[in-house]
Amino acid sequence: MMIINIAGLALIALIVWWFWLYKPKEAELGENDLVITVENGTYSPSRIKVPAGAPFEIKFMRKDQSPCSETLLIPELQISDTLPLNKLKTIQLPAMSSGEYAFHCQMQMYRGQITVK
Amino acid sequence: MSSVNTESGKPGCHKDTDNNTQHHNHENGSGPHDHVDSAAHQELIIEGAGCASCVGKIESALKAVPGVENAEMNFAQRTVSVIGNAAASDLLKAVEKAGYNAKLAAAENEDDALAEKEKADQVYYKRLMKETWIALSLGGPLMAYALITGEVNVNTTTERIAWLVVGILTFGVLYFSGKHFFVGAWKSFLNHSANMDTLIALGTGTAWLYSMVVVFFPDAVPDQARHVYFEATAIIIGLIDLGLALELKARGRTSEAIKRLIGLQAKTARVIRDDKELDIAIELVLLNDVVRVRPGEKIPVDGEVVEGHTAIDESMLTGEPMPVEKATGDTVAAGTINKSGSILFKATRVGKDTALAQIINMVKRAQNSKPPIGRLADVISAYFVPVVMIIAVASALTWLNFGPEPAVAFAIVSATTVLIIACPCALGLATPMSVMVGVGKAAEAGVLIRNGEALQTASKISAMILDKTGTITLGAPKVTDVLVAGEHDEKAVLRLAATLESGSEHPLAMAIVESAQERGIEMGKVSNFNAIAGHGVQADVDGKTLLFGNEKLMRERTIELGDFVEKAQALAAEAKTPMYFAVDNKLAAIIAVADPIKEDSIAAIKRLQHNGIRVVMLTGDNRATAKAVAEKAGIKEFFAEVLPEEKSKKVQELQMEGEVVGMTGDGINDAPALAIANVGFAIGTGTDVAIESADITLMRGSLHGLADAIAVSKATLRNIKQNLFGAFIYNVAGVPFAAGVLYPFFGLLLSPVIAGAAMAFSSLTVVTNANRLRFFKAQEH
Repeated sequence: MMIINIAGLALIALIVWWFWLYKPKEAELGENDLVITVENGTYSPSRIKVPAGAPFEIKFMRKDQSPCSETLLIPELQISDTLPLNKLKTIQLPAMSSGEYAFHCQMQMYRGQITVK
Repeated sequence: MSSVNTESGKPGCHKDTDNNTQHHNHENGSGPHDHVDSAAHQELIIEGAGCASCVGKIESALKAVPGVENAEMNFAQRTVSVIGNAAASDLLKAVEKAGYNAKLAAAENEDDALAEKEKADQVYYKRLMKETWIALSLGGPLMAYALITGEVNVNTTTERIAWLVVGILTFGVLYFSGKHFFVGAWKSFLNHSANMDTLIALGTGTAWLYSMVVVFFPDAVPDQARHVYFEATAIIIGLIDLGLALELKARGRTSEAIKRLIGLQAKTARVIRDDKELDIAIELVLLNDVVRVRPGEKIPVDGEVVEGHTAIDESMLTGEPMPVEKATGDTVAAGTINKSGSILFKATRVGKDTALAQIINMVKRAQNSKPPIGRLADVISAYFVPVVMIIAVASALTWLNFGPEPAVAFAIVSATTVLIIACPCALGLATPMSVMVGVGKAAEAGVLIRNGEALQTASKISAMILDKTGTITLGAPKVTDVLVAGEHDEKAVLRLAATLESGSEHPLAMAIVESAQERGIEMGKVSNFNAIAGHGVQADVDGKTLLFGNEKLMRERTIELGDFVEKAQALAAEAKTPMYFAVDNKLAAIIAVADPIKEDSIAAIKRLQHNGIRVVMLTGDNRATAKAVAEKAGIKEFFAEVLPEEKSKKVQELQMEGEVVGMTGDGINDAPALAIANVGFAIGTGTDVAIESADITLMRGSLHGLADAIAVSKATLRNIKQNLFGAFIYNVAGVPFAAGVLYPFFGLLLSPVIAGAAMAFSSLTVVTNANRLRFFKAQEH
């Protein structure tokens, strides 16, 4: 029983670490040619890094049929747009100051982050 | 310029001020007052540009075209963005001359995009339904068997073999009907995120795995715990797929309003080029093309009538039921319907610049934006799934440690049920679905709501400031009285006054000029024109010195007014604006101008007051006139003699009193006040509307739009609250129930199948409740 309890608590700790504490690496945005694929409930890559102070564009390719994945929101930049299925959609981003900008679907189940440095 | 004692009191407030936030010169704008801001933006797609050095060539070719202010090429995309007012055909020719092919980047065809989306949705719906049937056709009979026989235990070898077969079939269900949950869960897991897929995959996966353990190693679990949960696994997958399918259908209905707007767009236009009439797709209509529209046809793009006259039904955009008369020089808007005559018009805004396209764009944006009330739900849903996973583990541990036998079975059931019942979707959908329907509903009534925040604040407005001219009144004043002094002749006085005012664009000045023209009076010549800020104007006409303005101005010039002061007061009491007119420093007449109250203003104001909103009128007009207009309109409070720059101060004053203030103006002179108010309402006249200038834009002139906007906001907020409350309660009550908190007291433990059904229909309920808003009707008026 002891082992099961320890395993259970370890599992809880693992959940906390994996979903909240761990910060995965960011994909770098090179030459304005980054495509974020929306598929299977996720953005891939979901974390991107871009330089501060210059406008740029990111492209989205939505392959996910779920209606949830259709809307893209970047609240801090007041961007809200719809992503067509199986088509590239370019989102123009203004020059931003350093910081972290979240992007997500309407219900925040698809989540990603733009880190501006 | 005139500066009589009126609304806009100062020369700086005439229509040509800089803070005009309207898209005034967005058209081709070859006029003398062109401004960089008003320049059109066109995008070309270049073909045949193979090397980076082409960029410079193409850019300089385009820059050489007269009217082009800038041309920038994006080599990676092979597109050039051209700023300026050159005709698109000239741009295309210039690129061709430089040795490349170019075409105009078509505005995204909304119609096609919509049709494609519907097709894709249909395919997805069919797939979900197929998956549902596969899962339920296995789960249903299994469930029936379990219920009838009560035999889902694994004890004998025969039972083990039979259940193994069922287990393999259930795996088939997981694969065919539930694969997307598992793939989604795995991908999100790799991404360090978790979503609904994670919960469903974990829940059903746990149930299936446990059952397989029972089948293969029955000895590993206690006797009483040798249950299999294959039927639950299959049914949960089936029900959730069904829920998703139904939700997809219901979602389609939430975007009806936008579909209707997109459907207004004509597909083709008949343009006249080189004296020939051509039917072309509207994406190909160029700026300055001359377009012919026959009776019964839709106006394809925005433009200005150059020939013919007609009546146009603009109700689809403005909500205004009466057709609007149009003649040469008037503007027409895409999507409206030509009723009576055949007209030719010049295209002034095409593609995504038309009022209709901008409205569609704005409604779409607003539909996707979130009011602050939804933020808490957002924060919760960001942490929701991992928290539910933790609860599931904790619940299983609790059962294992403290639960009765068979503790293992209880632990598995409770963990599975917790995972299955939790529904982040209901929480996430609660706000956006209602906003989507509410904003669309408002658009149908000619009310454009900028974003979720405006929607929420509008529902809380406690005080509404209404600008008088153009908002409560028609904004088209007319001369009502000319009271002459002494020997003066009415016609002569009017001639002098009209001559004096002929150079001014001020509405009151225009009223005097119009009145003179109506009587066929010819105007003279003005010299030494001088505007006296806030008071009036002075000039010489026919060798006489004329002075026109308010009482204060007359007194300053020591002009004897006699009993005309009382006459003026009497006129003001009738809601007219009296102005003094002096010739060679002697009073010649009082000319009174009145701006009639809009037909339905009184009823609309009553509606606002009836809803408990404190209505306050704001005007630059003198106190007596203001009082009379306010009384006529049924308004108890008013601010009179307010200089334009003081308007925003009045808004702040009310805010200091603790009111949530709505400010309604025509969006031209009122921009600062509109901006400072909690919600700024710009009241439009027809389709020529200041879409960008306010939180909420009323497409038609009627104040009923104001009451409608507030009513829709209130209904939407109420709907959001119901949804949020439902979703919160569902999760807050459902998760502990699933974990088994009621078991120690009542012996109640939720079945995973019931949890699956509850979860599948919770988000459907939210969408359906939001859809109820579609039937919302603003109070009859």
